[in-house]
Amino acid sequence: MNPALPAAATRRPPWYLVLPAGAAAVGTVLPILYLILRALDAEPQQLATLILRSRNLVLFGNTIALTLGVLTACAVLALPLAWLTVRSDIKHKRLLTFMGVLPLAIPGYVMAYSLISLGGNYGFLARIFDWVVPRPRGYMGALAALTLYTYPYLFLNLRAAFLGLDPALEESSRSLGYTSMQTFLHVTLPHLKPAFLAGGVVISLYVLGDFGAVALMRFEVFSYAIYTQYSSAFNRVYAAWLSLMLLTMSLSVVLLEGRLLGRAKLARVATGVARKGRSVRLGWWRPATYLYLTLLFGASLGLPAVVLTYWLTLSPPSIEPLRFAGVFMRSAAASAPAAVVAGLFALPIAYIRIRYPSRISRTIERLSYVGYAIPPLALALAMVFFSLRSAPWLYQTLPLLVLAYSLNFLALAIGPIRSSLLQSSPRLEEAARSLGRTRFEAFVFTVLPSLRRGILAGMVLVFVIAMKELPITFLLAPTGYLTLSVSVFGRTSEALLAEAAPYAAAIVVFSSLFVGLMLKYEGRH
Amino acid sequence: MNLLEVSGLSKRFSPEQDPVVDQVSFAVKPGEIFGLLGPSGCGKTTTLRMIAGFETPDDGDVHLGGQCLLAVPTERRRIGIVFQDYALFPHLSVLKNVMFGLHRMKNPARRDRALEVLSLVGLSGYENRMPDELSGGQQQRVALARAVAAEPELILLDEPFSNLDAALREQTRSEVRSLLKKTGMSAILVTHDQEEALSVSDRIGVMRDGRIEQIGPSEEVYHRPHSCFVAQFLGRTNVLLGVGHGAYADTPLGKLKMTESRFGPVLLSLRPEHVEPAAANNGDSHGTVTAREFKGHDITYKVKVGGTEYLAHTEYTRYFAPGESVRLVAREPAVVLHEDVHHGCCEEPESLCPKITALML
Repeated sequence: MNPALPAAATRRPPWYLVLPAGAAAVGTVLPILYLILRALDAEPQQLATLILRSRNLVLFGNTIALTLGVLTACAVLALPLAWLTVRSDIKHKRLLTFMGVLPLAIPGYVMAYSLISLGGNYGFLARIFDWVVPRPRGYMGALAALTLYTYPYLFLNLRAAFLGLDPALEESSRSLGYTSMQTFLHVTLPHLKPAFLAGGVVISLYVLGDFGAVALMRFEVFSYAIYTQYSSAFNRVYAAWLSLMLLTMSLSVVLLEGRLLGRAKLARVATGVARKGRSVRLGWWRPATYLYLTLLFGASLGLPAVVLTYWLTLSPPSIEPLRFAGVFMRSAAASAPAAVVAGLFALPIAYIRIRYPSRISRTIERLSYVGYAIPPLALALAMVFFSLRSAPWLYQTLPLLVLAYSLNFLALAIGPIRSSLLQSSPRLEEAARSLGRTRFEAFVFTVLPSLRRGILAGMVLVFVIAMKELPITFLLAPTGYLTLSVSVFGRTSEALLAEAAPYAAAIVVFSSLFVGLMLKYEGRH
Repeated sequence: MNLLEVSGLSKRFSPEQDPVVDQVSFAVKPGEIFGLLGPSGCGKTTTLRMIAGFETPDDGDVHLGGQCLLAVPTERRRIGIVFQDYALFPHLSVLKNVMFGLHRMKNPARRDRALEVLSLVGLSGYENRMPDELSGGQQQRVALARAVAAEPELILLDEPFSNLDAALREQTRSEVRSLLKKTGMSAILVTHDQEEALSVSDRIGVMRDGRIEQIGPSEEVYHRPHSCFVAQFLGRTNVLLGVGHGAYADTPLGKLKMTESRFGPVLLSLRPEHVEPAAANNGDSHGTVTAREFKGHDITYKVKVGGTEYLAHTEYTRYFAPGESVRLVAREPAVVLHEDVHHGCCEEPESLCPKITALML
């Protein structure tokens, strides 16, 4: 009599689903093993100097400072915007929401590129207005680039939380004698906690793993140090140790979120449909609001748009369309197979997690999220060690790059498949079986058709994200395999700003597709 | 010869909890509609799912046509099922839904068979519709057609009418029953609605807390309940405490004939339609009328006798005003409930349990 009862609660999932799901889960953990193996190559006395050197402490301090700084700045930018687009009487809420998400189309290294090309003796400001301002560098530069790129993650989460907040809660608080400020502090903010945490985890993982922006801004954090150790100092044991330290930080962030979220019970207890909240009149705050929006969108969208357009007009004709097309095709040739592989492995993982809930299927799903939490540079380095040690024929090949992409983005493909699975009833499979179809036939004829959209959405998501991926591409792409992101990074670090512009523009235009897709998903939930 | 035999079926979902299904046994004859009736959570759906093969029983046996089913996977059990939410395949047309179970047939025959069954359920002309373009009643008939077309040995109906509105439900019930009878199909109907179980099934089994309390033809279970629970679950009833002297018992309503001979304390059930109020003469009244429910074709009176209220149906012609003194006259023998009087049994007339104790002391 319990309709929520999962199908075949007591049965085991079929082996042909467990096998690929388990393989994918093991695959995401395997790289960590190779990092550890490589790190243990160190001699005992060398070990002590590697781990105990004071530079590690500096790196640690810088990494923490950058992460906390970006989180704080994101909160300051995202909270007012989320409130404005949900609860205020401001006009054009949909447009503002879209503009709040659009910065996701401008990856950190492109944002860093536009900031860098602004200043300096030959920068945008110097050429147009004769203003010679110093190029943004170091902590502030990295902070600005990363904040302007990542704040939409927090904005989206906070916006969803505001939308899901039952206005009756705030009204009850007011009727119990609390002022609107007290209500915000004691009722609204606690309800935003899960959203802050969810957005915070994504942002922290991104900042910890980011390499493009910090490298261009030359700010000494772990990932930048890993890169210099690997590329110039060639000290791979030290690079492995740094990667393990960074990995520990990423996993701590994930664990910390789980701990902080705790047993927060914030679901609506009441039955019935939640009403939509009444819009708050902005009144005298309106001018301040417009100023805030102008500054925010001016910096996050206007600046890169103007700077990119300017450099595009200056980009030398030496970049022939054919060469550009080649670069684009190489990015696509690595991203498309990665999307297919990630989708194919995400399907069994999501399926056994939903239809056969058990400790095993839960563990498999969690492990696949580890792949997303591993800092991409650490993952790439681990893949290098793995191929050199166990599969030398894979080293510096396209399949290795594809494999690394799919391990890194597997979790992204699971999401959409999961939500379409939750919408399809297990009764359909049972009906098919009672009509004489085997478990495999029931899966192919009833489950797959209903998951088509989810699988496709997951694959497109992975494809678009892989197109702009930098750290993994940088380390694993075969020699001479120039992709969009590597082109932007390489030219910008050599101060060839005009030459970088077309590739950066291509990434921004292409990534806008991803933003469109994300918004479409947000709209459906 | 029985078609389906279920014996000692048991299932618990977690070791700490009581079994959801506890030693359930019953049989279904060929061509019979068997109703499994009980309140929510009594284990009837789990029983159904074990017969279909969606759950594995901890203990017990299921035989279909003499063959043990436990090791047989769902798809080879030849048992069809119609779900509460119908579970039509949303990506297939009505015709394709019905053809789904006919995959062993070649195409012209397969299509013809599906069309034939669709016309049987009155849905000719709907074959190219998609499931979301149908009303609830039509979806239900497609689900039934889909199950029937595959020619299973047995069809399981899991609360098939509960998603229909009241007006449609009654009509659909009789349609489903006549379709099953026309095709000679055997079926098990799971429901929590006693009226539904009584009107559709040939025989019913009443379940409570994972166990079957009583099995029998619908009329028999209604008229001769074995327990307080069955008596009350199948309709309104008066539960009386009496002292038996052979064929008769002394009760608060006077001397009543019993269905079985008994001596000593006994619990009796007397349905409201089996007792009627009559004008009291010469002070031989039992009690006073406290309330009156006029229902058009008949009237239900509540009569208070010695602190307890009893229900009595009467024809529209008998009229008593609240406050009037009446006699209650039994038209049928009171049904002896096979319950331990000391134990007490009834949740509903709360006043009865202390009274039982009082009587015994």
